[in-house]
Amino acid sequence: MFTIVKKRVLNEAVTLMEVHAPFIARKAKAGQFIIFRVDEFGERVPLTIADYDREKGTVTIIFQAVGKSTKLLAQKVEGDDILDFVGPLGKATDLDGYKRACVVGGGVGCAIAYPSAKALHDLGAQVDVIAGFRNKDIVILEDEMKAISDNLFIATDDGSYGQKGFVTDVLRSRIEGGANYDLVIAIGPVIMMKMIALLTREYNIKTIVSLNPIMIDGTGMCGGCRVTVGGQTRFACVDGPDFDGHLVDFDELMKRNTFYRKQEQEDSNHICRLNLKENEDA
Amino acid sequence: MPNMSLSKIPMPEQDPNIRNRNFSEVTLGYTAEMAQEEATRCLNCKHKPCVDGCPVNVRIPEFIQKVVDGDFEEAYQIILSTNCLPAVCGRVCPQENQCEAKCVRAIKGESVAIGRLERFVADYHMQNSVSLVEKPVSNGHKVAVIGSGPAGLSCAGDLSGRGYEVTIFEAFHKAGGVLVYGIPEFRLPKAIVQKEIDNLKAQGVEVMTNMVIGKILSIEELFEMGYESVFISSGAGLPSFMNIPGESLIGVYSANEFLTRSNLMKAFDNQYDTPIRNSKRVAVIGGGNVAMDAARTAKRLGAEDVYIVYRRSEHEMPARLEEVHHAKDEGIIFKNLCSPTMIAGNDDGQVCSIELVEMELGEPDESGRRRPIVKIGSENRLEVDTVVMAIGTSPNPLIRSTTKGLETNKRGCFVVDEKMATSIPGVYAGGDAVTGAATVILAMGAGKIAAESIDEYIKSRYTNG
Repeated sequence: MFTIVKKRVLNEAVTLMEVHAPFIARKAKAGQFIIFRVDEFGERVPLTIADYDREKGTVTIIFQAVGKSTKLLAQKVEGDDILDFVGPLGKATDLDGYKRACVVGGGVGCAIAYPSAKALHDLGAQVDVIAGFRNKDIVILEDEMKAISDNLFIATDDGSYGQKGFVTDVLRSRIEGGANYDLVIAIGPVIMMKMIALLTREYNIKTIVSLNPIMIDGTGMCGGCRVTVGGQTRFACVDGPDFDGHLVDFDELMKRNTFYRKQEQEDSNHICRLNLKENEDA
Repeated sequence: MPNMSLSKIPMPEQDPNIRNRNFSEVTLGYTAEMAQEEATRCLNCKHKPCVDGCPVNVRIPEFIQKVVDGDFEEAYQIILSTNCLPAVCGRVCPQENQCEAKCVRAIKGESVAIGRLERFVADYHMQNSVSLVEKPVSNGHKVAVIGSGPAGLSCAGDLSGRGYEVTIFEAFHKAGGVLVYGIPEFRLPKAIVQKEIDNLKAQGVEVMTNMVIGKILSIEELFEMGYESVFISSGAGLPSFMNIPGESLIGVYSANEFLTRSNLMKAFDNQYDTPIRNSKRVAVIGGGNVAMDAARTAKRLGAEDVYIVYRRSEHEMPARLEEVHHAKDEGIIFKNLCSPTMIAGNDDGQVCSIELVEMELGEPDESGRRRPIVKIGSENRLEVDTVVMAIGTSPNPLIRSTTKGLETNKRGCFVVDEKMATSIPGVYAGGDAVTGAATVILAMGAGKIAAESIDEYIKSRYTNG
């Protein structure tokens, strides 16, 4: 069993948990992911490792409650167990040899981008972080990102915090202003990663994206996570999850991510009804 | 005087039009009376050709004589002495190519129903025996087994019987490997697999789930942890695709994914959250047992029309004859001598049809089967909403890519000698990870040989050193 040793609600939808998983903590590297199963009836859900503490034997996950399993996970409290927790899966992000990096995170993607930014910082690179959110209320990890970056830029869609606009706007003005990045890491909604990759292609800046397609086993067995990269079929679980942003077929990925949208909506309605009933009872 | 009936006692099964709507086991097994009557068909030959036909050399005539005598528990113990998974093998072994193919009775008429008798004996034991599994005295030596499929379970069972402290490392959250993620409930009930695994645990085998070796621990680290030998039985997990246009459309599955969703993740059971496509018309590409399993699963999940699309003729089909018959009885439509050229989708990226060409058979290829050749001008289209690719798998790369000095061949299979030893001393391998996709019983045979070799290897280290 994998015990939740710490829980922190980052915003109304996003939760941080430190989970006791000493074997995984010993091996985890930036860019890798775990798969959890919340209970016997739950799906296997992949989550990128947000941080780890080898001495305490804990792995940190930060997730947005969007599907049934993540909603059930978010309801758990410190001291509760997660039934299954497997990893570290996927390849670690290759961060060696960069001098001026820009790490772009969108929403909960900031949590996934954070370990790479931190690792780059620890390797001595100059790190700018651009973090985008819909509005002020859902800003997460501001202090953490500030601590490991040379410059932190926060952008909100409605201008309620930081700069008004999208992360692409900030990145373009940084590049135009002579930031001279040799690496951009973009992690967030697929559409954001696509737009960032289109932008950096204009300037020919190497761009790494982290993909999170639908998968079951995470070990190369099911093939559900296949993505087209440079015209070739690759499995995100074993060949990724990081890929060259200039080669990924983002449109195909967006379509594939809707594979079970209808069923998910039904599940989600189901949960809503349950909550409604609980509220009525109360 | 033996029973000279030329045919096997038929095994009762669910009606095809009822069973293709449920996930309960198709075949219902012999009653004691049926088993005893079938057992009298065995001639108890002195030269026992059937035993040579069995990859784990079950003492077939001996156990069958015990069935004749009505001593079913003793029959079970005889099978168990060489086969740690009798209830599984009685169901999924291709007996028609193994023991039953060598049966003297098969020269004129049908062979003795060895598989059905094995299943009866194993089921009888599970239902009636209360005997506790004895935990052997530990010899103090630790062995790690990677993967809990048939090869891993048989190796672990044999080593544990010899006193070794065995830990099985399983990547999934549930033990059983292909027996739980691949083979459907209606062919092999998961409760039976679980009982066999529980027996191994009672015997002292430790099973650690959620452990992806190659990621969480390397082979080297297993040795550092005090395991003196390692058996790799990580299976052939990587699904193959055809590399035709449209394979990334929504509604295209590998058989691995489709079956894992249904079998391991229980998508057919509403209690589970696992989604699976709500299909009406399904094309399963391939002609092996996995293709039959996928097609029959699709039918049970509610699809109206399910097609098997296979590029050779039924004669060349690698699937067991019994599975082909079962599939046909259940209403699966066979499109043999057909091969897909592309999958077409609509604007939302959803599968809407598959383009096929007809094939004809030419000269035999290196596999000995006649090579399919495209018939010019035979293009046609099949309207489907789901396509399942069941055209084979290759070994998983996770261990290969993280273990220095572990020799593999061109296909990525581990290279072993006749003792299942790999290029690294103390590391053995077997099952699909060595052979590529094969059968449960061959994997079990490899596990047994590896157990023997590991025993020798560890003993030799202590006698020589």
